[in-house]
Amino acid sequence: MQPLLLSHFTATSAIGHGLAPALDALRAQRSGLTPCDFGSAVLDTWIGRVSGVDDEVLPADLQAFDCRNNRLAQLALRQDGFGAAVQAVAARVGPRRVGVFLGTSTAGILQTELAYQHRDATTGALPADFCYPQTHNPYSVADFVRRSCALTGPAMAVSTACSSSAKVFASAQRMLAAGLIDAALVGGVDTLCLTTLYGFNSLGLLSGRPCRPFDAARSGISIGEGAAFVLLERAPEVLPAHAVLLLGLGESSDAHHMSSPHPEGLGARMAMQQALRSAGLEPGDIDYINLHGTATPSNDAAEGLAVQAVFGARTTPCSSTKGATGHTLGAAGGLEAVFCALALQHGLLPGGVHTEVLDARLDVDYLLQTRTQRLRRVLSNSFGFGGTNCSLVLGTAQ
Amino acid sequence: MTALSVFINGVGLLGPGIADWAQGQEQLAGRAPGQWLKTVLAAPAHLPPAERRRAGAVIRVSQAVGFEAVAAAGIAPQGLVSVFTSSGGDGVNCHEICSQLASDDRLISPTRFHNSVHNAASGYWGIATGAMAASTALCAFDGSFAAGLVEAITQTVTQAVVQAEPVLLVAFDTDYPEPLRTCRPVPDTFGLALVLSPVRTAHSLGQITLHPASYLSPGPADVLVDAVLEAQRQRIPAARGLPLLAALVRQQAGMVRLDYLDDARLELEFTPC
Repeated sequence: MQPLLLSHFTATSAIGHGLAPALDALRAQRSGLTPCDFGSAVLDTWIGRVSGVDDEVLPADLQAFDCRNNRLAQLALRQDGFGAAVQAVAARVGPRRVGVFLGTSTAGILQTELAYQHRDATTGALPADFCYPQTHNPYSVADFVRRSCALTGPAMAVSTACSSSAKVFASAQRMLAAGLIDAALVGGVDTLCLTTLYGFNSLGLLSGRPCRPFDAARSGISIGEGAAFVLLERAPEVLPAHAVLLLGLGESSDAHHMSSPHPEGLGARMAMQQALRSAGLEPGDIDYINLHGTATPSNDAAEGLAVQAVFGARTTPCSSTKGATGHTLGAAGGLEAVFCALALQHGLLPGGVHTEVLDARLDVDYLLQTRTQRLRRVLSNSFGFGGTNCSLVLGTAQ
Repeated sequence: MTALSVFINGVGLLGPGIADWAQGQEQLAGRAPGQWLKTVLAAPAHLPPAERRRAGAVIRVSQAVGFEAVAAAGIAPQGLVSVFTSSGGDGVNCHEICSQLASDDRLISPTRFHNSVHNAASGYWGIATGAMAASTALCAFDGSFAAGLVEAITQTVTQAVVQAEPVLLVAFDTDYPEPLRTCRPVPDTFGLALVLSPVRTAHSLGQITLHPASYLSPGPADVLVDAVLEAQRQRIPAARGLPLLAALVRQQAGMVRLDYLDDARLELEFTPC
């Protein structure tokens, strides 16, 4: 594929608002996970909550969109001058030529959960101020961001569970290659809600401790929330210093089971191989892998086998950043793509957080300590329920 | 900028009073009147027995139209890239989860939870067919059909650079029970699937072209002659694709405009085969 430039990016998660605190936390291996105190949830688990979401006030003309998910979207858009960068790009290419493709798994479904707690005792009706299209519907976050940024190009939400905001990069790449747009605002937003907390609990996948990816004693996930945004454009002839490029993409399906991965990680392997092929690279060209690494026993086992099959045993430094942020579900792909961009710009291989004793059966070079060295090519994995897999290859210009 | 052209090689259709594409063609051609009867959903024959028994409306409608379109195109589903698009997930499933979370017993069913993901249709399609190629699940509220069509066209065109393989588009919607039904009044289940091919084959029914400079149009969406079909088009998001099927039936060259975004329709050029 033709490389694309990540001309601007930002990320907000449990390790902070915007890039600076995230970089600092990844470097120092600091975690943002805290014991679960979300809403009315009573669960023995840890969460990655973003601070200050409740204080966010949406503009008067977008009040119908008011929900935790869109508040987080607005908070995240404000960081790192991202909103201003979108305006500059729209002014340059025209607002009709900027697409908005955002990943989310649950959007603002929290509003529906709350509305169901306040049904009319007589009629069973939901409260009159409940706005389904602008909150619960998966498109709500793309609609909100598109309006916030005054963009008028194509738009959609990708909602493929935990691969959602990795796959938006692939949709955007195709739209750019086809000439339908000149820039894309991609990323993902997902927020804490009861559906995911109690849903993963029902599957026995919530850890009672902060999640420990690739640990011998790993016991499940810690759910987090987050928002990441990236502006993608065709790479110009002359690239700015520190430019980060999207070099390759791979997508596949497990065709195996709704909530457990293919046991040998066959789909994951196909996605990684396709991403390498589309970047014109060999496994040996990759300096670091940001694993999906959710810390469930079966997910990490399947991913470990897939990484070994593609890269060989203990060849490529890798880690999961979910010990720091929690699993941000539909926002994970975008968030981790941004972490990869930071890693490339700052020569940083983030060490895993909370992982103590590596699972010897997962024969990968998992980093327990942050390492500093120049990086040229990195790969990021995102896999989800329904057997959806997506791998991205990012790199520096030189 | 190059125009993006693909061929429609197969259609699957299911909705209120529409059992399949053959019946839909009769109604779109004006040879039979549209009738608003409850959508009939069969158990998905290609799934293992346990999944088949428990399959909700999303899985039933998406597999019915998906397999119908693939069979009409004369291809096997195993190697296909697929694009699923829907304005929402399984309405009944969502209602059950939200009801339970509002009760004292929050131990929701794990099957309900994994079926609540927006890509459930995509996941079950893979389980039913063994297809391991890329598959996505999109939403653009009432414009979900058009968003899916754009994605499927770009998939078909960009993939053709490597290998000329067809792409499957499956658009569907299911209805919510009350109290959500009042807030999102989709009346019944509807599905529309297309097999798109980068090259013309013996199965090609028509060609559609997107022009990069003018695919977003301020003009109004095309309407349908039959009052019942037009009511379905207006009230069920996946049925917003019906004017494209009407063009297939008419076999006349011209522009087709479909609902997409609040401020733009999707404009396509139709060329008969």
